[in-house]
Amino acid sequence: MNARLLAFLLLIPSLLSAQGFAGLGTATEDFATPQRPAIFDFPKDHGPHPDYRIEWWYLTANLQDADGTDYGLQWTLFRTALAPGQGDGWSSPQLWMGHAAVTTPDAHFVTERLSRGGIGQAGVTPDPFEAWIDDWQLAGPDFDTLTMTASGPDFAYDMALTAQGPLVFHGDDGYSVKSAEGQASYYYSQPFYDIEGTLALPTGDVAVTGQAWLDREWSSQPLSEDQTGWDWFSLSLGDGKLMGFRLRQTDGTHYTAATWITPEGQTTPYPDGAFQAEPLATTDVDGRDVPTRWQVRLPDRGVDVTVDAINPQAWMDTSVPYWEGPVTITGSHTGRGYLEMTGYD
Amino acid sequence: MLLTVTDLTKTYPGPDGDITVLNGISMSMGAGETLALTGESGSGKSTLLHLVGGLDQPDGGTVEIDGTDIGGLDDAGRAAVRRDSVGVIFQQFNLIPSLTVASNIAFQARLAGREDRAWNDSLANRMGLTAQLTKYPEQLSGGQQQRVAIARTLAAKPKLVLADEPTGNLDEATADNVMSLMLELVAETNAALLMVTHSERLAARMGRRLHLRAGQVA
Amino acid sequence: MTRTGLLALLSHWRRNPMQLFTLIVGLSLATALWSGVQAVNAEARASYDAAAETLGEGQFAQITHPSGTIDQATYVALRRAGWQVSPVTEGRLDGIRLIGLDVLTAPGGLGPVDLSNGDLTVEVMLNGVLFATQDTLDRLPPVDVTTRAAPDVAPGVILTDVGTAQRLLGLDGQLSRLIVAPIQPVTQPPLADIAPDLTLRPPQAGSDVARLTDSFHLNLTAFGLLSFAVGIFIVQGAIGLAFEQRRPVIRTLRALGFPLRRLVALIAAELLVLSVIAGAIGVGLGYIVAAALLPDVAATLSGLYGASVSGTLQLRPEWWLSGLAIAVGGTGLAASASLWKLARMPLLASARPRAWAMQAGRGRIWQAVAAVALLALAGLLAWAADGLVAGFGMLAALLIGAALALPLILDRVLAFGASRARSVMAEWFWADTRQQLPGLSLALMALLLAMAANVGVSTMVSSFRLTFTGFLDQRLASEFYVYADDAEQAAALREYLAPRVDKILPIQSANQDIRDIPSEVFGPTPHATYRDNWLFLQSAPDAWPRIEAGEGTAINEQLARRADIAIGDTVTIGGTAFEVLGIYGDYGNPIGQALITEATFEALFPDITPLRFGVRMDPADVTPLSIALRDDFGLAEANMINQAGIKAFSLEVFDRTFTVTGALNVLTLAVAGFAILMSLLTLATMRLPQLAPVWAQGLTRARLGRVEILRAVLLALLTAALALPLGLALAWTLLAVVNVEAFGWRLPMFLFPWDYARLAVFAVLAAVLAALWPARKLARTRPADLLKVFSNER
Repeated sequence: MNARLLAFLLLIPSLLSAQGFAGLGTATEDFATPQRPAIFDFPKDHGPHPDYRIEWWYLTANLQDADGTDYGLQWTLFRTALAPGQGDGWSSPQLWMGHAAVTTPDAHFVTERLSRGGIGQAGVTPDPFEAWIDDWQLAGPDFDTLTMTASGPDFAYDMALTAQGPLVFHGDDGYSVKSAEGQASYYYSQPFYDIEGTLALPTGDVAVTGQAWLDREWSSQPLSEDQTGWDWFSLSLGDGKLMGFRLRQTDGTHYTAATWITPEGQTTPYPDGAFQAEPLATTDVDGRDVPTRWQVRLPDRGVDVTVDAINPQAWMDTSVPYWEGPVTITGSHTGRGYLEMTGYD
Repeated sequence: MLLTVTDLTKTYPGPDGDITVLNGISMSMGAGETLALTGESGSGKSTLLHLVGGLDQPDGGTVEIDGTDIGGLDDAGRAAVRRDSVGVIFQQFNLIPSLTVASNIAFQARLAGREDRAWNDSLANRMGLTAQLTKYPEQLSGGQQQRVAIARTLAAKPKLVLADEPTGNLDEATADNVMSLMLELVAETNAALLMVTHSERLAARMGRRLHLRAGQVA
Repeated sequence: MTRTGLLALLSHWRRNPMQLFTLIVGLSLATALWSGVQAVNAEARASYDAAAETLGEGQFAQITHPSGTIDQATYVALRRAGWQVSPVTEGRLDGIRLIGLDVLTAPGGLGPVDLSNGDLTVEVMLNGVLFATQDTLDRLPPVDVTTRAAPDVAPGVILTDVGTAQRLLGLDGQLSRLIVAPIQPVTQPPLADIAPDLTLRPPQAGSDVARLTDSFHLNLTAFGLLSFAVGIFIVQGAIGLAFEQRRPVIRTLRALGFPLRRLVALIAAELLVLSVIAGAIGVGLGYIVAAALLPDVAATLSGLYGASVSGTLQLRPEWWLSGLAIAVGGTGLAASASLWKLARMPLLASARPRAWAMQAGRGRIWQAVAAVALLALAGLLAWAADGLVAGFGMLAALLIGAALALPLILDRVLAFGASRARSVMAEWFWADTRQQLPGLSLALMALLLAMAANVGVSTMVSSFRLTFTGFLDQRLASEFYVYADDAEQAAALREYLAPRVDKILPIQSANQDIRDIPSEVFGPTPHATYRDNWLFLQSAPDAWPRIEAGEGTAINEQLARRADIAIGDTVTIGGTAFEVLGIYGDYGNPIGQALITEATFEALFPDITPLRFGVRMDPADVTPLSIALRDDFGLAEANMINQAGIKAFSLEVFDRTFTVTGALNVLTLAVAGFAILMSLLTLATMRLPQLAPVWAQGLTRARLGRVEILRAVLLALLTAALALPLGLALAWTLLAVVNVEAFGWRLPMFLFPWDYARLAVFAVLAAVLAALWPARKLARTRPADLLKVFSNER
């Protein structure tokens, strides 16, 4: 498969907008766009929204084995639509892309799957919940109790997840604004999963436990034309969890947003500017300079921490390349989290 | 008569129309006679020689050799005349460069089918060419080459020897020497010698002289 | 001053347009020959690449169903079980092969189709786009799908999305087969657990189209190389003559104070322009030649190997650029020697072209030394060579050495002739011919190489043909072949056939590594069919009876060479040791092979049931039997092979190959003939002073003309006599050295005296045709022009 081709076709709207991809840009008008107020209907909204251009089920987990070694895990199913609507068979405009990864302090395993919609090779059903592509699966009787599998040429995992808290909604009750011009997405998370299972690595099977964070987001054009990429943080800070992102704009400025989540699941959204993230150090990842140490602040909550990549080489060498990996947190708070950075390739 | 030329004319096409080179020449020679043909450049000496030798065809008049009008012969007939009756010696020697001196000497005689090896040897000997027989023409001096050319002509024992400035490319001493040899041998074979020359001194050594001016006997 | 000098140089061409013409035509023809062969080669290669890429799923494992159809649900089930497979739906659309792939999962994408354009890819998946060469698209019936020309798709094939293919072929939800991606996840259940009725076919390592066609490629490459050598000699000749002819002008210019350096630069620039012009013409001519040859080449290849080559020619930069490069480079190479000579030439050196090359003694000694050294090198390489490069090096050394030796050998032969000459005419003829040699030697070298190439290539192709038909006789000795789909059908088939035919010969094989080399083991029934037709390259006494008695095995040449096995050695098959009693030719097969007798085979491989059968019967009954099998027994047409049909087809294919080589033969000879014509015309003016005295002493011009033709015949015959051994050495090198290095098997060499005689006649004909015009010119020279030679005022 031609990697560049997929970079065009699939997701990561930053790429699309940065390169002014006209083909999909014009079609945007036919797609639905998120509206305020966001009104969700569960479990139906755990399923796909084919009239929106992009959507994902994005799970990251910080894991530890019996020795205390840190691991990161990712399971993502992307949906992208070439045109609105479900469609039928091979002519369905829905395309699916799965990314799975396991990050250890010194290794990063990545694999990718692609599928056409409409033939049953990939998809999502809300009730009972099942998201799948090929043999990868995230499924359970309901959204709180899930099993998760993925496999690649050199690794596989088999995990069980149990939600310990409620769903949380970002932005304005799930309407998450992404730019000053008002681009937005529907965005909610389940950040309270306890997770345990087995990682099958080339060095052998590893039993692990930890916490997982699932993001659900869909939109048709969440980024504005002048945004080139994002830096997204999900941090577990002891007295709460913080989701914050920084959208990089072509003029060098940033658009930020954040959500503070209490252990009970109460949320406080923060508008542009409240959340600050500054790169402290970069790492050469396959010839690219990628920030792998950050200063992250949310003064309103007294957060001033340094975020360090557990494995700075956690590059996702997939059709649409990006950086995604587990991080450690030191400073005003300590803990673990996940960092995703796009637009550095 | 060995050679009878009657009212011979020859014109060549030139840039401003035809040029008449010979304009009604008549002459004759008997066996053993020597004749010097003199005249200015362009007076028609060489042309007359060529016509007599069957190298070219006249436009009018006749050339009879031993009673045969060679003007009426075809290409093959004229070739036979050149081969059998006439021997030509040129200023440029015109030896066959691919053949040895010995082969050059024997060439015409063999073509005519009357090779006389003893005569060839004697010719080579008298011409002072014995040491040069296995050499090629370009390895010889001018005087040596002309002696080869003379030997070649006489080896075939022609009735009529035609010579066109045979010593024109040689220095005076060599020229005199070559001339003496030629006259001697012509006399010995009772051949007639018609020689074109510019040189008064050489013309004086011939039995007769014919002076041409503008294509006519002066 | 430069302008004045240039005008003086160019005025030569204005005054002698014929010389300019021959220079340009000579260069053009050499370029045409080279670029024509290259064009055919490049086109064939590009077509293979396309075929390999389009049909190159052979490099991947495949999953098939005996019915030829896999349900799409099975595909999804396999994917969901962790099998990384990709769907293929194929069929015929009005006879054109339509292949539908899934761009997202196919390991090779849409083959050679460039999908870097996102809009196009969206279109492919949403609405469908058909990709094929323009030729193929032109044959397509009207369809409601966008079509798009894709030059790199194999001819006769349409590539499209699997969904589009299903729709157009009316095969909704049906797949023809699955391509298995080379990389599979770590957790994967066995295929039988998910889809027990599907068969996994491993990748066909090494047996893809390109491998088989390499042999033919090599032949074409060799021809290209030879034509290049011929071309270089012609260019050298043309340039050398152009210099000789202009020596007087050059001398005069220098005498008048024109700087040497500038003169050399001027001539170099002039030659550059001329060579570019001639190269362009040559490339154009080459295109025409290639376009004329290509249909035959295409037919040959598609027939021989099933690799379809598009019948139309594309202007590929690699060949027209190489054509121009040959013209300019060849000119440069040829001119550098002449320019070097010019730069060192004393100002007052003879302005007259050198007529008699006796003085060039030192040059001749060097030439002789170089020739002997090169020929010795060729011999050394033949004796001790290892590897393809050495094989080609040997070819080059042989050809150049022989070409350099040619004038020397001819000189000796002519000297010998002269020494034996009886008549004066004969003596002069030999001597004069010898004198002509230096002027003609380049043209004669070209003729030598052209003839040697023809002898070599003809021998090679004809040997290939004999070997291959013999091989077909051996392998397809039965009159009729049938294939059963499964054991049950096989049993029914045997029962059905038994009363109707003379003998049924089961064909059964097992895959085995023999001495670590992947091989297949066959277990033929003891029968005269094998004893009579299976010819050994080497064998022990009583090989067949002993093999039939189970005492030993016969192996193919590939296995013998790769594992270094000789007659009498022991190999292990199925855990049992066998003595090797015979080694047989197995042309084109990339893997090893071994034969053991049926009973032994059954004992070693009890699980294998033969599904294929050779049937011995009256050839006249084959057609009725196949009709009966189809209508009565219900055997698919594809499961029957009529041996006579295959043989006839193969022979037809070879005959097309001959058309191509024949055409190239005539072309190279024509070019060599032109080189001779050119040399003779150029020599004609220099020759007058040599001929005039002979004429003056009593030879007619007509006779001189006849002698000129006779001389051309003599030289052509002598050259042909030398070309024959050279050509045979060439063929031997190609068959016994290059082929072995490239493919692991040696082609036996056969001799074709009649072909060689015909070639010699062609060569003489070419020489006579070349000599005809100059001879005629000589016969018609006006005496006045001959007399000018004698003129005192020269």
